Formats: sequence, C-alpha cells, structure tokens
Amino acid sequence: MDLASLLQFLASGLTVGSTYGLAALGFTIIFNTTGIINFAQGEFVMLGGILAVVFMHWLDPGLPAAILLAVVATTLVGLLMERLTIRPVRNASAINLIIVTIGVSITIRGLVMLFWGKDTYVLPAFSGMAPIHLLGATIIPQSLWILGIAVVVLALLKGFFSRTIFGRAMLACSFEPRAARLVGISVERMVMASFMLSAFVGAVGGVILTPLTMTSYDVGVLLGMKGFAACILGGLGNPFGAAAGGLILGILEAFGAGLVSSAYKDAIAFVVILGILLWKPSGLFGVPDTERV
Amino acid sequence: MSSTLRQLTPVAAFFLLVLATPFLLRHDYYYLSILTMAGIFAIIVLGLNLLLGFAGQISLGHGALFGIAAYTTAVLTGTYGLPLAVGAVSGVGLTALVAMLIGMPVLKLKGYYLAMATLGFGLIVYIFFNEAIGLTGGPSGFVGIPVLEVFGFVFDSDLSYFYLVWSMVAVALLTSLNLIHSKYGRALMALHISETAAQSMGINIARHKLFVFVLSSVYAGIAGVLYAHYLNFVAPSSFGFHFSVQLITMVVLGGMASLWGGIAGAVFLTVMPEFLRFYENLEVIIYGLILILCMMFLPKGLAGGVCKLLSNVRRRFGREP
Repeated sequence: MDLASLLQFLASGLTVGSTYGLAALGFTIIFNTTGIINFAQGEFVMLGGILAVVFMHWLDPGLPAAILLAVVATTLVGLLMERLTIRPVRNASAINLIIVTIGVSITIRGLVMLFWGKDTYVLPAFSGMAPIHLLGATIIPQSLWILGIAVVVLALLKGFFSRTIFGRAMLACSFEPRAARLVGISVERMVMASFMLSAFVGAVGGVILTPLTMTSYDVGVLLGMKGFAACILGGLGNPFGAAAGGLILGILEAFGAGLVSSAYKDAIAFVVILGILLWKPSGLFGVPDTERV
Repeated sequence: MSSTLRQLTPVAAFFLLVLATPFLLRHDYYYLSILTMAGIFAIIVLGLNLLLGFAGQISLGHGALFGIAAYTTAVLTGTYGLPLAVGAVSGVGLTALVAMLIGMPVLKLKGYYLAMATLGFGLIVYIFFNEAIGLTGGPSGFVGIPVLEVFGFVFDSDLSYFYLVWSMVAVALLTSLNLIHSKYGRALMALHISETAAQSMGINIARHKLFVFVLSSVYAGIAGVLYAHYLNFVAPSSFGFHFSVQLITMVVLGGMASLWGGIAGAVFLTVMPEFLRFYENLEVIIYGLILILCMMFLPKGLAGGVCKLLSNVRRRFGREP
C-alpha cells in the first residue's frame, strides 16, 4: 500500500468516523443522565440534514441560516420527546423506556416520510466541491468542515462538562442520581437538557454530513447503529471514548472497504468490534462494572 | 381451584381458541395466513422471552438465527433436493450450533455490550445472506423452497399450515412453562436478579446462560424452518436488524417474563399493521404512536394490563383476588 492510498483511506475514515463520533456522543449524553440507549438518536441526525434542506427550499434564508434553523428545530424535537414521552414515565424500567424511544424513532421517520416522501435530498457543500490534493490523496473541502466542526463540538462539550456548573451537574447525575438530587440538582431538568443536547449534537452531525452523503427519511437507522457501535467500542458513558470509538469505526470501515471489499466493510468493522469486546468487555476506555449484592 | 387446574385452564382455553379461530374467521385465508405468520413469530418470541424476560440476557441476533435455519433448509431442500426431514433437522441443528459457538464467548458480556455483540453478529450474518449470492440468491432472495410434507401429508393449504404452526406454538409454550417451573427456570430467574448472588448459591452462570441462549435459538430455528416452507421464498430483508428489534419489542410489549404475554405481543404486532394498512401514509406514524402509548400506559405489557383488568373485575364483584 502506497502513502497516497493510505492517506486517502485515513481521510475518508476520519470524515465518516467523526460523524459516527457525534452520533455516539449523543447516545452517551442521554445514557449518562438516564441509563438508557436512545434509539431515536439516528433520527436526530436524519432530522438535522433533512430540515436544513427543507428550510433552504422553503424560506431560502441562505445556507448558514438554514443550518441554524435546522439545528434549533431538532433540539426542540429533543425537548418535546423528553417532555411528552420520557418524563411522564420516568420511573419505568430501562427496557420499557428503550421501547418508547423505538416508538419515537418510528414515529419521526413516519412523519418525515409523510411530509417529504422517500426522496433523497442533498445540501450544497459549505465551501465548494473543488478537491484539495495532498501528497497524492484527494480531499473534498467538506471533509475538512466535518472534521473541524466535530473537533469544535467535542471541545465545547468538554468545556461544558468540566467548566460550567450546569455541565458538572449533568455529570453528577450520571454518577449517582440520588446523590445529585440530595445536593439540590434537579435531575428532571438535567434529563431534559440531555435530550436537547444530544439532539443538538446529532443535528450538527447530520447537517455537516448531508453535503457529502445525501440524506433521506431512513438514513437515521444506519447512522444510529454505527453511533451505538462507536460508543460501545469506546466504553459506554465516556464522551472521549465515544468520539474515539467513532473515529476508529470510521477508519476500520474505510480500510476494510479499500483493502478488502466495500460489500464486506461493515462485516469487517463488526468482526473487529466483536474481537475488541471479547478482549475488553467494557469497551476500550470503559470502566468495568462492579456488582453489589 | 387446585394449582394444577389453575395452570391447565388457560392452556385448555388456548387450545380451544386455536381450534376455533379458523371457524371464527370463516376461513378467510388472508387473516389465516397473517395469524400463521404471527404463530411463527410467537415461537421465536417464546424462546427470546426465556432469554430476555427470565434470564435477563438481551439478544439482537435472533433475527439472524431465525434466518440461518430458514436459509439452511431452503438451500438443502431447494438447491440440493434433499429430503425435507434432512433440511429441517439441519436447519435447527446448525442454528443451535452457531448459537453455541457465538454464545460461548459473547454471553460473558453484559447489558448493552451484549446487545452490541449480538447486533454485530446479526449484521455479519445479514451481510453474508446478501453477498453469498451463489448460495443464498443474494438480496433478491431464494426462490423455489418445496412445500412441507410430513409422513406423506402435504401442508399445502393455509388451514393445515395454520394448525401446524399453532401446534408448534403449543409445544413451545408447554416446554417453556415446564422449564420455568423447574430448577433450571428458578436458576435463570436468580441470575437475572444478581449474577454474583446466584453464583454464590452454586449456580453455574456461564452454563445456564449458554443453555437458555441455545434453547432460544432452537425455538428460532424451528420458526425459521416453518417460515421457509410456508412462504417457499426467503430474502435477507426478513432477517435483519429491524426484525431483531421487532422481536425484542414483541417480548417487552407482551410482557417481560410472561409467556402468554409474549404470544400476545407477537400476535398484536403482526396483526396491527394489517389493520393500519387502511390509513396508507399514516400507517407508520400510527404504529409508532401505538407503540409509545402502550409502553407508557402498560408498563408490564399486554399481559400485565390484562392481569390488572382481571383483578379489578374480581374486586368489583367482591371475590378474593
């Protein structure tokens, strides 16, 4: 393998991987406050992309404004989801809440299909399509946008969780909700914030990915699955692990597709994930669970 | 009422209901075929309920296990023209073998990690079904699976297949009821609550988990064989991630750790879309909303809902609950 194709695989792997990482971050944020896996996370990613296209055509406010509107609208969907379907039954068991999120994801997909059909939509690239040549590899400018924005979002989240009182309160809920409540943190409000935050992160991922891969009502399923795989790979509950898991998954897929076969790229990636899980049952950066009897 | 009688009454009622259903439907073959499919899914759900509801171990790979049995019997009887018995036994046998080989390493994972590992296994199998075109026919499916024939009796009518499938549901149900009231069943429930505590009581956790995982794969395998010979056609899309998630939904919606609930969940989620078809574009949305509302207002699933209703009725009529 020469340097050029190595770089090429790495670039495309990092690009796709950072959107997986953003989806994985969404899973992690909700998992940390509620202990559940939100099956509608992929739908947040899909909504970000589709709504940006819709706002572009409908209001024609220019790309940046359409993106902003789409991200805000998706965040509101996250808020509504928590208010209407999670909070009323917040004491239900985890598996029940997960089935509720499956119901929400089906409903969102159904609504998008009802309003905008099964067509494929595309968003214009943020800064043209003229490829950049680097040491023999070709990189589309959108890839740089994706990488850059993913890094910014990650840095902001890191700052949010470690510097702001609100973020630290959210983190406290993930360690021990009862103790968090005892020191005066409103766990309900943190759960609501976590749904908004993960919808926001998902939407950002969807918006930056759409110019590259296009979007339709059903892209959320696969992206959600990859995001889930990424956060398990990195160790559930660890935001850094989620982002790293996403990048690793993206790179695995890119090299699998480039070196072996694109038909088997998902199979290759998942075989490696299975291997890693058998080696480290709590993911790469996860802490092993201890059980109290 | 003695406890045996109390247990046998619902079983007898179930038999009568199954016997009477074709007459109640006035032999409407469309509905009969939907209920046959519901029965096939109910067999998988009964097995999955032992795994998830009783032993507390999740699997997002049961769609794939179901598919392995269906494709095995399809290829052996369809491509190679082997006898049906060979196809059926190999189908179930191979499914159990694969489950054992997968289960041994992955069942030491817990919770979401186990979900991920079984999901990954399911996805790999799904990709194999799609890509091994020479063997499976690829994405467009496998055509020409022979009609089921047992001791010279050909199951070529919807009515005969309906009775065949639901007899198998009954066998699966009785086997499961027997299991959960045995030492094994109690051990499974114990390891659901706390693995460490169960282990310290002398329960071999790894062996029990593997046993119930392989047993549930046998259920899925039987269902897969029935499915392949009923439709005479299989395609990868029936065995993917969606279907595995749907199976979990059937277990939880019906009522975790309730075998009757599992059957109810399978029938409910198979029959409901047929009624929603009338609403065309709104079909998916209504399906999603019903799922949300059921899970919000019936925390113990359909089975829990019915039990609550029954106890309310009993209380109203002043009888002991």
